[in-house]
Amino acid sequence: MMYDVIIIGAGVSGCAAARELSRYDLKILVVDSAEDVCCGTSKANSAIVHAGYDAKPGTLMAKLNVEGNRMMDQVCQDLDVPFERVGSLVVCRSDEDKSLLEKLLEQGHRNGVPDLRIIGREELVEMEPNITDETQWALYAPTGGIVCPFTLTIAFAENAAANGVQFQFDTCVEKVIPTESDTGRIFRLQTSKGELQAEVVVNAAGVYADRFHNQVSADKIHITPRRGSYNLMDKTAGSHVRHVIFPLPTDKGKGTLVTPTVHGNLLIGPTAVDIEDPEGTNTTADELGAVVQTSGKYIRNIPYRDTITSFAGLRAHEDSHEFRIGEVKDCPGFVDCAGIESPGLTSAPAVGVMVAECVADILKPSARKDFDPVREGILDPKTLTPEAYRELVSTQPAYGSIVCRCESVTEGEIIDAIRRTPGARSLDGVKRRTRAGMGRCQAGFCSPRVMEILARELNVPLEEITKSGGASRIIVGRDKFPQ
Amino acid sequence: MEKRELTCIGCPMGCQITVTLDGGEVKNVEGNTCRKGDQYARAEVTHPVRVVTSSVPAEGGEIAQVSVKTAGDIPKESIAAIMEALADVRVMAPVRIGDVIVRDICGTGVDIVATRNVERRAQ
Amino acid sequence: MDMNKTKIAIIGGGPAGLAAAIEARKAGVESILILERDRCLGGILNQCIHNGFGLHTFKEELTGPEYAQRFIDQAAELQIPYRLNTMVMGIALAQDGSGDKLITYLNREEGLVQLRAEAVILAMGCRERPRGALNIPGFRPAGIYTAGTAQRLVNIEGFMPGKSVVILGSGDIGLIMARRMTLEGAKVQVVAELMPYSGGLKRNIVQCLNDFNIPLKLSHTVVNIEGKERVEAVTIAKVDEKSRPIPGTEERYECDTLLLSCGLLPENELTSGLGAVISPVTRGPEVNESLETSVPGVFACGNVLHVHDLVDFVSQEAGQAGANAALYVSGGTRTAESEDIRVKAEGGVRYTVPEIINADRLEDTLTLRFRVGAVYTDIYESVYLNDKRILHRKKKIAAPGEMETVVLKKSAFQEVSDLKSITVKLEEE
Repeated sequence: MMYDVIIIGAGVSGCAAARELSRYDLKILVVDSAEDVCCGTSKANSAIVHAGYDAKPGTLMAKLNVEGNRMMDQVCQDLDVPFERVGSLVVCRSDEDKSLLEKLLEQGHRNGVPDLRIIGREELVEMEPNITDETQWALYAPTGGIVCPFTLTIAFAENAAANGVQFQFDTCVEKVIPTESDTGRIFRLQTSKGELQAEVVVNAAGVYADRFHNQVSADKIHITPRRGSYNLMDKTAGSHVRHVIFPLPTDKGKGTLVTPTVHGNLLIGPTAVDIEDPEGTNTTADELGAVVQTSGKYIRNIPYRDTITSFAGLRAHEDSHEFRIGEVKDCPGFVDCAGIESPGLTSAPAVGVMVAECVADILKPSARKDFDPVREGILDPKTLTPEAYRELVSTQPAYGSIVCRCESVTEGEIIDAIRRTPGARSLDGVKRRTRAGMGRCQAGFCSPRVMEILARELNVPLEEITKSGGASRIIVGRDKFPQ
Repeated sequence: MEKRELTCIGCPMGCQITVTLDGGEVKNVEGNTCRKGDQYARAEVTHPVRVVTSSVPAEGGEIAQVSVKTAGDIPKESIAAIMEALADVRVMAPVRIGDVIVRDICGTGVDIVATRNVERRAQ
Repeated sequence: MDMNKTKIAIIGGGPAGLAAAIEARKAGVESILILERDRCLGGILNQCIHNGFGLHTFKEELTGPEYAQRFIDQAAELQIPYRLNTMVMGIALAQDGSGDKLITYLNREEGLVQLRAEAVILAMGCRERPRGALNIPGFRPAGIYTAGTAQRLVNIEGFMPGKSVVILGSGDIGLIMARRMTLEGAKVQVVAELMPYSGGLKRNIVQCLNDFNIPLKLSHTVVNIEGKERVEAVTIAKVDEKSRPIPGTEERYECDTLLLSCGLLPENELTSGLGAVISPVTRGPEVNESLETSVPGVFACGNVLHVHDLVDFVSQEAGQAGANAALYVSGGTRTAESEDIRVKAEGGVRYTVPEIINADRLEDTLTLRFRVGAVYTDIYESVYLNDKRILHRKKKIAAPGEMETVVLKKSAFQEVSDLKSITVKLEEE
């Protein structure tokens, strides 16, 4: 199949780029080796909208962070994504370290971050009663926030799809081959599902982006999967802190943060460990221990016993620690969107715009007249008035049936998640879209029910339902005949 | 002389009992702390019995499976044969608790009976 | 929204809710409604198809569904109404000073409904501790299930979640599932238990593990899970006395499934939402001698109150809660002149239920249930009123996996003047 643009990678960057490109009259395909959008770095991160004081002034990272932050309100409003500007705090324990905060403040000013200020212990305790006694100073950034990374990615994808972008999953791109043809240069993509062709390739492949870049360019890049492990706590712990709280940054990153999530949980992490395996999203005892140890230094009484899950994600750390976005010099038509590590989630709206501009410069497409920037999220009936809820159930009884008890998710929401484009096809796909299975019992009660609904809606046997695509089947056969 | 080690299930104590056998005949029981333990040990080494429970498909039922059990004790060594025999068993809903699903399973003289009511699925 | 009314609303139609409803009806309460979230009554018993239930109540060994059916039949005979597939979304106190509780529930037929009840009996049961709460390192592939989820898949749905299995935790459901999975054709390689003792009943270790030569490794835990899509291997290691894995003791098992049976947690989100005081030890609501929570007219029983090991005791406790709720709605609650006393759990006793006693409100007897924190042999269970020992009972063995029960006579309380303290403890002599 021939496309104008193929985007490799259905993470938040790829999907944001797809959505921005869907403003143009182009035939676009997003391709991913996973079974769904948001299966890599985008699904396992701090879920933070950074204010923008961390990145080095003058870098693309600094620019897109601040721009992305500024765009987030509008994007989340258009796309119906949970986002809260709760503000962030970088805390330190000594007067000595205060100078480091001042450096951050100054950096923030240079990056154009608004309303930054340093606050003393008294104000800090007022804002965060659970701060430890040793903590003295903080850099307060009111524009810092929290967002749902799943919904943001999925919303970009759904809106892109609604505006004509196609998605192809379970398709692993193996090789990108630039080829000269009669009509000019095209790219042939050898994939696990046959060949795809495009005039422009966007390389938004996360931890694999160096692989594709290096296939077409002599100017090599190198990406290290930098693992971060997290602990997620129950909603009972969600109000333990009110802001995103960071320690002082180190050369490995912004350190282990403690933050509420938009859904009311408490999240602590990440670690920063460089690994080889681009699929190495396993947690280790050492890293999980480190998360607990470091978070306890500046927040007291974190209710670790309310942990409901731990997970790890991989940052796509490029050696230069800079976003690499733009057409590759020695390979016209190949657009990098590589090295997107933190603050990649925050920057995504701006990254999407930059990639789209870059592609538009190459293809000079016309704008679509019918582009619709609005995406309606999955209806959460809990937000309705009792009367409206009743009305809804009377016409659609599936909304009267709770499937996930912990998060009060109804069958109606799950059906909606499955019928969307791109829709959920696995337990994890349903979970990321509706939160069914995301709660304190971690899908113990609801997974058999969600499997039934998936099997019915997708018209496949129950045995074929997976946790997350591929070989991740839940059941292996009938009783007495495990196959 | 043969020695057999058992854990008594009479109470939470879980006494470790040693039974000495000679040609299938119990010669000695040691390690128990009460009479119940002695009785358990003697029965367990001479003719151990169990109740087997499983579930089988209930065709046309409001739920997929109906749970079943052996209506009484069966010799422990026939557990595997019973499970194998149950592999092919299907029942038609409705089923009531106590309904005989398989008569005289594997020649044990014991029936397999339903342990749950399963109504027919509404059409 | 409709304003329906009932005297007693019962949240949960499992063994606790059913027994509570039956006793409340027997005590003369006409207006009762059971709200059940599943598609049938009976609760988790429906998936517990093994036998061993009801020895205390019916003097015979029943399977879970059979035990449940006896109560379902009784409830039907007494014409106790219930709603199925009905989820309670919240409980709140009415703001009109009536003391009524407002229950918001949801189902397909009625939509979102508000129900006004004079008394509420909480009988929501418990859930299993998931993998995440155990902090087990490794990947997060398919093939990791709590034992109860596996039990539902195998026994109710008829599907096998795996064919080569490692089990972490020797709680009863884990042991039962070791046998079930084996009988249904899977290979259970090992059961690892973090503690130096099993949390399950002895008879389950013998009949579920020993019968099938499944090794039980005490003081072991899972230290790694391999497999990116489906579980491929699980590594267990021995732990030291502080439950830390000991390097060099790792054993790797190739398998496709890890089942977890690592404890049950009472499901008290509704209870907390109502503002009832929750015990940090049991994670259930604190209750008084009437099994009433800190919110007047709200009672609790069964696994939502504290996790039981025998359903017979759930039924017993729930019956008591039902009778007390009936007393409450009839305005017949015994008046108390003396003060409430918080029971002290000492010397190896982790908690008691009830936690709070008012001697004036006691019936003829008081049943105190408790658990010990470690395995004790040749120990005495003692109860003190002030410094007077009113119970001193020798136990050959007391273990965390088995709930202890003492029954105290009201007369013993009446004999003590100026009662200030009630203490339950283990003593060496």
